[in-house]
Amino acid sequence: MLSIKNLQAQVEDKQILKGLNLTINPGEVHAIMGPNGSGKSSLASVLAGRDAYEVTGGEVEFYGKDLLELSPEDRAREGLFLAFQYPVEIPGVSNINFLKTAMNEIRAYKGLEPLDAKSFLKLSKEKQQLVEFDAKLVNRCLNEGFSGGEKKRNEIFQLAMLEPRLAILDETDSGLDIDALRIVANGVNALRSKDNAFVVITHYQRLLDYIVPDFVHVLFDGKIIKSGTKVLALELEEKGYDWLKESVHAPIV
Amino acid sequence: MTPQVTLPIYDDLLKDFSKLEMKAEHEQIRQKRRNALEVFKRTGFPTRKHEDWKYTAVTPYLQANFRTNGSVPIAPVAVDYLKLAAIPGLDCYRVVTVNGVLQPTEVALPSNVKIRSMAEAQEDAGLLKHFGSVSVLDKAPFAALNTALFAHGFFLEMDANTSLDKPIHLVQVLSSDAHAFVQPRNLVVIHAGANATLIESVVSTPGTKVFVNSVTEVVLKENAQLQHYVLQMAEKETQLIQQNDVSQSMHSLYSNYTFSLPGSSLIRNNLNVALDAQQTETHLYGLYLGTGNQLIDNHSLVDHKMPHCNSNEMYKGVLMDRATGVFNGKVFVQQDAQKTNAFQQNNNLLLSDEATINSKPQLEIFADDVKCSHGSTVGQLSKESMFYLQSRGISEQSARAMLVNAFAFDVTEKIGIPQLEKFINHKITAHIPALN
Ligand SMILES: Nc1ncnc2c1ncn2[C@@H]1O[C@H](COP(=O)(O)OP(=O)(O)OP(=O)(O)O)[C@@H](O)[C@H]1O
Ligand SMILES: [Mg+2]
Repeated sequence: MLSIKNLQAQVEDKQILKGLNLTINPGEVHAIMGPNGSGKSSLASVLAGRDAYEVTGGEVEFYGKDLLELSPEDRAREGLFLAFQYPVEIPGVSNINFLKTAMNEIRAYKGLEPLDAKSFLKLSKEKQQLVEFDAKLVNRCLNEGFSGGEKKRNEIFQLAMLEPRLAILDETDSGLDIDALRIVANGVNALRSKDNAFVVITHYQRLLDYIVPDFVHVLFDGKIIKSGTKVLALELEEKGYDWLKESVHAPIV
Repeated sequence: MTPQVTLPIYDDLLKDFSKLEMKAEHEQIRQKRRNALEVFKRTGFPTRKHEDWKYTAVTPYLQANFRTNGSVPIAPVAVDYLKLAAIPGLDCYRVVTVNGVLQPTEVALPSNVKIRSMAEAQEDAGLLKHFGSVSVLDKAPFAALNTALFAHGFFLEMDANTSLDKPIHLVQVLSSDAHAFVQPRNLVVIHAGANATLIESVVSTPGTKVFVNSVTEVVLKENAQLQHYVLQMAEKETQLIQQNDVSQSMHSLYSNYTFSLPGSSLIRNNLNVALDAQQTETHLYGLYLGTGNQLIDNHSLVDHKMPHCNSNEMYKGVLMDRATGVFNGKVFVQQDAQKTNAFQQNNNLLLSDEATINSKPQLEIFADDVKCSHGSTVGQLSKESMFYLQSRGISEQSARAMLVNAFAFDVTEKIGIPQLEKFINHKITAHIPALN
């Protein structure tokens, strides 16, 4: 569904992604790990269309379309979803109205009628239960005054509502307590199907015990320097990144 | 030589005044007119050299040959003004004026509220007592000009200890193909313990070229309450200079909501509230949306003269295209006004590089035991918020509209009438520009 070839991107004249390759097929779960500042969130931002990033080379195809040509909203409408590492607070915009607008604009793009109020409410109740999201939070302003963990759970609630084809979870586990981690992971597992895919960005093996990945990639200095199975995550947990960094720098020496 | 001399309207107005002198009128009113004319003649039309008009040039709008006083059309216009001003779903008592002239009411008002034209009520003791008692003309050339030369307008009185089951909707239609200079004068007296809601909508018929210089004096007696909404939504070739002067007695509550919407090329609101007694409460909410080349100028003064009064002012501005906003909010806390609570805030959102705002909150405190704060901000739509909304499939246009509505929320949520709140939110959404 997604094919990234030699992707290069910069922000404020600083090269961040330096030739990144990744292919994702329906039904797969990919974990991306890597040291702080290696470019994980940048990759997510470039895919979602944040305009601070300038793509300087390479290509990204999403279901046969040139993803990089699409506006951020059209990427979402095509089925891409980014659960943000740092979700913003938007006072004055109600969480539920925001979701209703999002859902109906996505439906309109697909040529579907807007959901009537009753069906929307029913769906919202179902999904709240699925990800154990507090009904009180649903009616508040978007993330305003939410705790760190509540914001992350709101991202997963939105994910459950919008049912994207490809979801990128950027450190959704950080800031979650142990119970919440399990709930969020169970929610994601319940949403997994043969038709959708997940990219899970994380620093911790723990999450991958719950959401078991098919592939694990290490992103370092704007490139994927190693890919493997879930065993790689265990190895990283044990050894850190230094042994990999050395192998990257080796040819230069 | 003052530049006025080159304005034909200046001479026309002076000629009008000599004609007025020949008409029968109560001596008290006539005397106020004469005094006011002297005040006006001293300053003439203000120019940008006047501190209070630094950002707002009016003379460019006064160059035309205007119809004044007697020659202004006063007939009801052949346009469905209900449509122009209708607030969907809102049940209210409707009163209509055309170029300031009160029209016969279609449905009789309840007996506890009286609306008469100024001319009809000119012998009324209540009118004579309050007319010209609230407005201070010294540094207000337009108010002085209005006092000297007003024509038409209404006198609204609400009986003591009564209230109404629904708001009064005063639809002020402006209508003239040829340039007209219109100066209505209004007086609102809410007697002791009475409670009223007044919605004023200023609208215009297509192609109207009217310059309005209006003054409304509002008197709130003890324990009186007035929720006063002003909706300015006239068309592009209109200019509005609207002075609203309020006097509050003990335990009275005055709430003003001023919505200046896209349209009129020039809007200048002078809102002056005198807290003349103890234990009063005042809320001033404003929202201005400027588009095109509009200039929207809000000058306000809250004058705390007595102890134990609370005032709260919150103005929000959204400026697009090449629009200019001016906010000048004065809060005076006089020496006797101990235990004052005064709060003032002005926040602005600039949606275009060419839009400007001049914001000047002014707090002057002469008492020592008070709680006061004020602040002013200018910002743009947050890119982070825009991206967040768009990343969920929401179009750029809707995302902007959502954020602008959210910005205005602190003001719109204070609207005590749900239909009106909805109406204003729709207006906001409708005016958010398409993609740059
Ligand atoms: N707006 C920006 N201006 C300048 N540098 C930026 C900007 N945004 C990101 N960067 C830089 O890009 C690099 C990659 O950042 P990114 O957020 O993608 O890292 P990450 O892998 O997600 O890190 P973490 O694990 O800490 O979340 C960092 O060095 C960061 O400082
Ligand atoms: Mg990151």
